[in-house]
Amino acid sequence: MGSHGIRDRVAIVGMGCTRFGELWDLGVDDLLVDAAQATFASTGATPDDVDAYWFSTAQSGMSGITLAAPLKLEGKPVTRVENYCCSGSEALRNAAYAVASGAYDVAMAIGVEKVKDAGYAGLNAFPIPNDGTGRTLTAAAMFSLVAPAYARKYGVDEDELKDVLARIASKNHFNGARNPLAQFRKEMDKDKICAMPAVAGRLGVFDCAGVADGAAAAIVCRAEDAHRYNDKPLYVKGLSFVAGNGSPQQDPDYDYTTFPEVVASAADAYAQAGVTDPRSQIAMAEVHDCFTPTELVLMEDLGFCDRGTAWKEVVAGTFALDGDLPVNPDGGLKSFGHPVGASGLRMLFECWLQMRGEAPPERRIGTAGRGLAMTQNLGGYPGEMVSFVSVLGTDVG
Amino acid sequence: MRGIVSAAGYVPYNRLQRARITEVVGSGGGRGARSVASYDEDTTTMGFEAGRLALASAPQDVTVESLWFATAEPAYAEKTNASAMAAALRLDSSTAALDMCGAPRCGPGALRAALEGAGTTLVVSAGVRTGLPSGPDESGGGDGAAAVLVGDGDVVAEYLGGASVTEEFLDRWRAPGEAASHQWEERFGEARYVPVGEQAWTNALKAAGVSAADVGRVVVTGVHPRAVKSLVRRLGVDPSAVAPDLSDTVGNTGAAHAALCLTAVLEDAGAGQVVAVVNLADGADVVVLRTTDRIGAWSPARSVEAQVAAGDDSLAYAKFLSWRGMLDVQPPNRPEPARYSAPAAARNEDWKFGFVGSRDRASGALHLPPQRVSWKGGAVDDMDPAPMAATPATIVTFTVDRLAYSPSPPVVFAVCDFDGGGRLPLELTDVDPATVAIGDRVELTFRRLTTSADGVHNYFWKARPLPGGGEDS
Repeated sequence: MGSHGIRDRVAIVGMGCTRFGELWDLGVDDLLVDAAQATFASTGATPDDVDAYWFSTAQSGMSGITLAAPLKLEGKPVTRVENYCCSGSEALRNAAYAVASGAYDVAMAIGVEKVKDAGYAGLNAFPIPNDGTGRTLTAAAMFSLVAPAYARKYGVDEDELKDVLARIASKNHFNGARNPLAQFRKEMDKDKICAMPAVAGRLGVFDCAGVADGAAAAIVCRAEDAHRYNDKPLYVKGLSFVAGNGSPQQDPDYDYTTFPEVVASAADAYAQAGVTDPRSQIAMAEVHDCFTPTELVLMEDLGFCDRGTAWKEVVAGTFALDGDLPVNPDGGLKSFGHPVGASGLRMLFECWLQMRGEAPPERRIGTAGRGLAMTQNLGGYPGEMVSFVSVLGTDVG
Repeated sequence: MRGIVSAAGYVPYNRLQRARITEVVGSGGGRGARSVASYDEDTTTMGFEAGRLALASAPQDVTVESLWFATAEPAYAEKTNASAMAAALRLDSSTAALDMCGAPRCGPGALRAALEGAGTTLVVSAGVRTGLPSGPDESGGGDGAAAVLVGDGDVVAEYLGGASVTEEFLDRWRAPGEAASHQWEERFGEARYVPVGEQAWTNALKAAGVSAADVGRVVVTGVHPRAVKSLVRRLGVDPSAVAPDLSDTVGNTGAAHAALCLTAVLEDAGAGQVVAVVNLADGADVVVLRTTDRIGAWSPARSVEAQVAAGDDSLAYAKFLSWRGMLDVQPPNRPEPARYSAPAAARNEDWKFGFVGSRDRASGALHLPPQRVSWKGGAVDDMDPAPMAATPATIVTFTVDRLAYSPSPPVVFAVCDFDGGGRLPLELTDVDPATVAIGDRVELTFRRLTTSADGVHNYFWKARPLPGGGEDS
């Protein structure tokens, strides 16, 4: 028994991502075709080379036919993947494992979400028949519990913490302003972010991720075949996924300043990848900044800094584009937007661009030479979440 | 000896100052305040609250054989409302839970029927009284509930006798589905009601074997305030014996009002006192009781007087109107909740209606809702039922959700740690979001969370501040 991973056995050899945003004129089919076309344009692999598909969407369609129909796939297996906001990451993980198993030579992971056809603000889950006793809170409210808990535990003044959280949003807006695919391409001053109307607790509108339509995709193959399709592949070093059992919600010892599922998935992925000191070994991280307090806590849960110190590191600019460890150089969920089924693959897409030197100069990180990038993707709530962590590298070994 | 074993009232937390009506409409209103059921309360939830309090101050070994629920404002037609109440009270399934719904008379009528009958009956009555803006029903009405446990043996008030008189005349009426009632010219009703009341009073005193001078306390209520006032003067009792009608603080709670006022009298009564209740509604119903020695040891769980004093009278008139469906306000742009699944709710009845979780025998970990596999230690099918509805809790952290769907935003939500172990995040109600604080003490309350487009009421539990902020009163 054990989680052994597939270090250096699978490579990403093509990636594509659509523009994210309120894409009133594009449907699910358009987004899937566009993401697939962009991905094939980035690689030597052709549609004929792809043996199997893993297709992620939270609620923009059901079954593999949602992908097979617009792409007019013939006789190909398509697995529809849903795992909350981690759906895109799960598509990649399963496609990679399929290739590593030897079952297929080449596979595609592709994710989409068409959020803005619903007619409601924010994200809304499918109503599954139930006994009417479940919570109906928004995700914003659930994550808003984190900020006061963190402030209390580490003796940070709540007003000061509000300023710190606004810096996180401001940083992600700065990065997103340099990303032509992002939903919000405007820099936002932290004071302006602080002045936004409240959504839940002390979280304002701009503490929340953008709600966007979009799609992204990746093609994977066995590492030894990578150079047949791409001169600069990205190798899978570690993939970990943890589904929480919800018990922290009922555990009086849980204090809302950490996400145990993230800690566990990071430890697993680091072990697979041989990462022992993420702060110095990782060149960049794309993390799940659904709300600003989430990104704050993730910096500690992912081992980028000690417990209780992330807020100081934020103020010091550690995670800025030119910082010691750039986080969300593409603007993150905050500014790139969050089409649920595509977000995990969108995170990988930024690693793909940055680590292979293809990110535009205005948002290029200076740390790519470290050779390892990572993504962290989560779904659910504090105390009841799914978490995914990947580590990717430019070289084998 | 047959009589009243225990009784309790329930007065909701919110009050509307009647002056607020005048400020907005320019007429109507009046002095004092009326009680207001919150947007998440109805006659079923308030009736449950009263029933719970009545059972809490009854002898432990009492078995309720029948639950009768009387109201003129039932949450459901076609479906029995008393069954949800029985489930929330966790009464045995052999209990006959019956609705006696329709006109306000059903409340006092059910009480007299129980006193005249046999067995142990919990008589619950409730009212959510409303009328058109600025009208006398709106300002004079009140919301609340009462529960009277009637049985044999250990009674705090013995039933001496009673009488009813029925007369058909058109005074008040309301077609099913109408938002407000109509009334004939007031003087006609008064002319009919007063003699009917006098007749019932005389007959009841005779049946009870007492004279008017023996009556130490009399509660006079009814659907016709002017007739009630006239009748009081003709009863032949000392004016000091007339019990307060709660009109300045609560308002007329309709079907519940006689029992609510009676409860307040019993909570304050000494032994050996003759207490009479007269109600005018489509006739008259009178019951005569005498308190027993047991009343000294009877300790009401939460008195009507304390609940009246604990109200919050800051409610805006516009909010009152929106809660009553008289004023449509813009809801948050989120999907309205779907109706719950009948089979899922039926499977989970103990949880949904009784707030019964499970506790792992090995680790003691509390599971809400009940689980088969323990989150602490992983034991399978090794748990005891954990009824938690009566256990107070403390707020660990909380948030105010301004985006979530609610019939009355914003949603206040708190992570609550139960006394004796266990945690659950719960929605708060009857709170001012601005004054909620970590460390606040809360208790569970049975509420109507939402109503679906096709009229399904979703009942479940919320938390509200524990009265007094600390020890239960």
